[in-house]
Amino acid sequence: MKGTNLGEFEEVVLLTIAALMEDAYSVSICDEIERVTERKVKLSVVHAVLNRLDKKGFVKSHLGDPTSTRGGRRKRFFTVTHAGKVALTKVKQQRDQFWSVIPEFNLKFI
Amino acid sequence: MKNKSVHPPKWANRLLEWYCKPELFEDLQGDLYEYFERNLEAKGSRRARFNYVMDVLKFFKPYTVRKLEILGQLTQFIMFKNYFKTSIRSIGRNKLFSAINVFGLAISMSVCLLMITMFSEVKNYDRFHADHDRIHRVTNAQKYLNNEPNLFASTSILAGRRLKEEVPGLEAATIITRSFSADAKIGDNTFPFNAPWADNDFFKVFSFNLLRGDATAALSEPYSVILTDETAEKFFPGQDPMDQTILMNEQSYRVTGVVEKPPFNSHFKFSALISFSTYEQQQKQTEEDWWLNWHNMWSNYAYFKLDKNTTIDQVQARLTSIADDENSRQGQTKIFLSTQALTNIMSGPDLSNQLGESIGNEALWILGVLAFIVILSAGFNYTNLSIARSLRRAKEVGVRKVVGASKKQVFTQFTIEACIISVCSLILAYLLFFLLKPLFLNLSPEMQRSLKLEHEPIMLLYFLLFAIVVGISAGFIPSLFLSRLRAIQVLKDASTTRLFSKINLRKVLIVVQFTLSLAFIISASIANRQFKYALNFDLGFDTENVLNISLAGNDPYLTKAVFEQIPEITDISMSSHVLSTGNRYANQAKSEDGLDSATVYLSQIDHKYIPLMGHELLAGTNFVAKDRVEKEETVIVNETILNKFKLGTPEEAIGKVLKFGPTNSLIVQGVVKNFHYATLDSEIESFAFRHQPQNAQMLNLKIMSENIIDTRRKIEEAWLEFDEVHEFRGSFYDDRIEAAYSEFEVMFTVVGFLAFITITISALGLLGMGVYTAETRLKEISIRKVLGASEGSLIRLLSRGFMWLLLIASLIAIPSTYYLFDSVLLSDQAHRADIGVMELILGVMVIFVIGFTTIGSQTWKAAKSNPAQTLRSE
Repeated sequence: MKGTNLGEFEEVVLLTIAALMEDAYSVSICDEIERVTERKVKLSVVHAVLNRLDKKGFVKSHLGDPTSTRGGRRKRFFTVTHAGKVALTKVKQQRDQFWSVIPEFNLKFI
Repeated sequence: MKNKSVHPPKWANRLLEWYCKPELFEDLQGDLYEYFERNLEAKGSRRARFNYVMDVLKFFKPYTVRKLEILGQLTQFIMFKNYFKTSIRSIGRNKLFSAINVFGLAISMSVCLLMITMFSEVKNYDRFHADHDRIHRVTNAQKYLNNEPNLFASTSILAGRRLKEEVPGLEAATIITRSFSADAKIGDNTFPFNAPWADNDFFKVFSFNLLRGDATAALSEPYSVILTDETAEKFFPGQDPMDQTILMNEQSYRVTGVVEKPPFNSHFKFSALISFSTYEQQQKQTEEDWWLNWHNMWSNYAYFKLDKNTTIDQVQARLTSIADDENSRQGQTKIFLSTQALTNIMSGPDLSNQLGESIGNEALWILGVLAFIVILSAGFNYTNLSIARSLRRAKEVGVRKVVGASKKQVFTQFTIEACIISVCSLILAYLLFFLLKPLFLNLSPEMQRSLKLEHEPIMLLYFLLFAIVVGISAGFIPSLFLSRLRAIQVLKDASTTRLFSKINLRKVLIVVQFTLSLAFIISASIANRQFKYALNFDLGFDTENVLNISLAGNDPYLTKAVFEQIPEITDISMSSHVLSTGNRYANQAKSEDGLDSATVYLSQIDHKYIPLMGHELLAGTNFVAKDRVEKEETVIVNETILNKFKLGTPEEAIGKVLKFGPTNSLIVQGVVKNFHYATLDSEIESFAFRHQPQNAQMLNLKIMSENIIDTRRKIEEAWLEFDEVHEFRGSFYDDRIEAAYSEFEVMFTVVGFLAFITITISALGLLGMGVYTAETRLKEISIRKVLGASEGSLIRLLSRGFMWLLLIASLIAIPSTYYLFDSVLLSDQAHRADIGVMELILGVMVIFVIGFTTIGSQTWKAAKSNPAQTLRSE
């Protein structure tokens, strides 16, 4: 397995899962990312990332109950594992560290 | 939702299911479905379906694709041991059925092993030549007007020469002519010597291993001889054979080479070769040019090797134009040239005048099909009995399925069981194969000359493969059937036979089996009848007590003088060959005005021959009694020739003239009644007796004796005293005829043997089915008996079904076999025995008796059983 670093998109997906709480499954994750980041997200990409996160141990999944939608197929719900939380926090701390050493930061440079 | 009826394309779903990992499949499909539904509302059904397909394709990624099921295969592998164990147990439990299966399969397999060996041997013929795929030979088709052409492996020297000179793109071409025969004198010793003439390009075409001498020049000079190492050792024991002299027919030949004896798998075998230039020189001296005639195609062969860039079609096109050119100068009989690949000679079409042995594709096909039928029959037995027994195994399958076996695993299990049976049979079959081999080879001398039936170790692998294929095919239907059983149904009420009641397959198989058995019996008896018919056929002359002796090059008059001493020999005549046993010789003859010409078959005889053989003269007289005929003046012809040359009635024909060759104008002296000079498969055509006792090769001794065997011994002793070099080769006319029709005898033996095998196998199968029926219906029988059914009525009840099947089988077999023989197999026989009603009925009788005895014995046993015993255990 590759290192436990979080890629940018992985981080977004992981955050989305955490944000969606009990209702995080592939389609809803897609929708949520699209809504928040306003960029087009492909299901196949999200799916691949979820698979990768699962392998890294940052998320775990379980199958929900069958419903009448989706042709009766069950949904796979994702939750963030402890390792996932640790990884997210670590990323946030690193960012915060950078932020804290920047003296003045003004939007006018942009 | 509107559009509720619209679904994603089914095939896309199937594709997804096929490639996707099972654990990912469900939610992935769900996701795609959700998108599909969204698209359906937003973009319409077409777009939605399209997107769905695209998505399915897009998800084909490393992480979604299922891994090769190594794990699954591993379980299969682990289960092997279990399958093996249960199979062995089940085989052991049903000893009778296993024995029937193994025995039946073993017998039929041994026949198949024989065939496999034979086929591979035939296929390997002539493959030792380098570039054997580029070597071909010229074959002839002789056609008279619009009659069916006669096919010959031989061709004319003229065709061979034109091939060498005019056809481009050949690496080499060689002409071979048979067959020189003389006494070879070496010092004080004399040996009989037979060899073909072959020209100097012989070794460019063939790769026979020349041990000594120059391959490019050894056959160039006239009177050169190449000996095989075997012959050289015989002629010159312990000496160097090179440049030695051999004296034959007052000519001295020089040994210019030693070649390794042709291997067994060469269709063309020889003990020596003589240079073709010898033949050319001798023919030129005779100042006749018949030897270069387009029609002189009886004993010459032309083999050629293609260049790498030449196709056989190009050569064929040139040969066709050569033939057209020659035929434009010919009369009513035309000769067409075609080609045959070297590797196809042994197994190719049946051609006359073969240079060596040829089995012919017809015989191979027949044997192959027969072997297939036999193995089919045994396979049916297995299928039948297994399905019948599967009632017992149903519970086992149920339990396995409950525990978690998949359909595939159950299928594998039963297939393995079938393979175990077939491999067991193979071991037995292999032993039987060695018993069968000598019997098969001894069927006919040709068989011994052309086949050894030895197999290399690699063949054992083929045998095993064959056994496994047989196992899989025989076990296929039962395995499929058992693997489809539903666990719940089987376990809920296993006693029900309803599960199996719908299977008519069993009945179909039994009918097929017995149809085949019947067909075999009928065929065997028809072949036997045809053989007897041919032997007892009135040939038109008297063959009784005539002993034909081959002169082996001795002077006919001297030899005759020797035998005249023996009092039991009442008369002696001379002839060139033995008629009516297959050999034919022909000349072209013309009418007096030269307008009509025809092929005339002939025999060269002396004046004693016609009365001795009892030919009936319709008009005219026999040849005048002359011991030596200096100038041939007259000829005796048969009736057919009169029509061909329009000579009128026999009386009118006397005194008319026929021309044989350029020099011989012969007056018709007598007309004999038509008789069979050839075998019965050909019609009587033009035939002439020529008065040339000096050309005699045979003496015909008429014997009057109480003790024929004793007389024959006396004759043989007289021969040995007279000629120490050549062995005595004499045989009674009737025996010669019998040998000529031995193909029917071989056919009878083979078909009879196979008939016996199929009947045995079918009967075994029927026995198994009888046992099974009686067992499963034992309770029913007991209850019927308690209620007052008689034993006779019970037997009738149980056998009725089988008897019906047999009846159906006979209704199919009789007409089809009759048709097969009437219009296919015997149709090319000009004279044949009628297919009698007796043969047909006899076959049916045999089948019914066998069928009834097997079934009857089992039902009898069941009907006799004590109902108290069987019902008590309930």
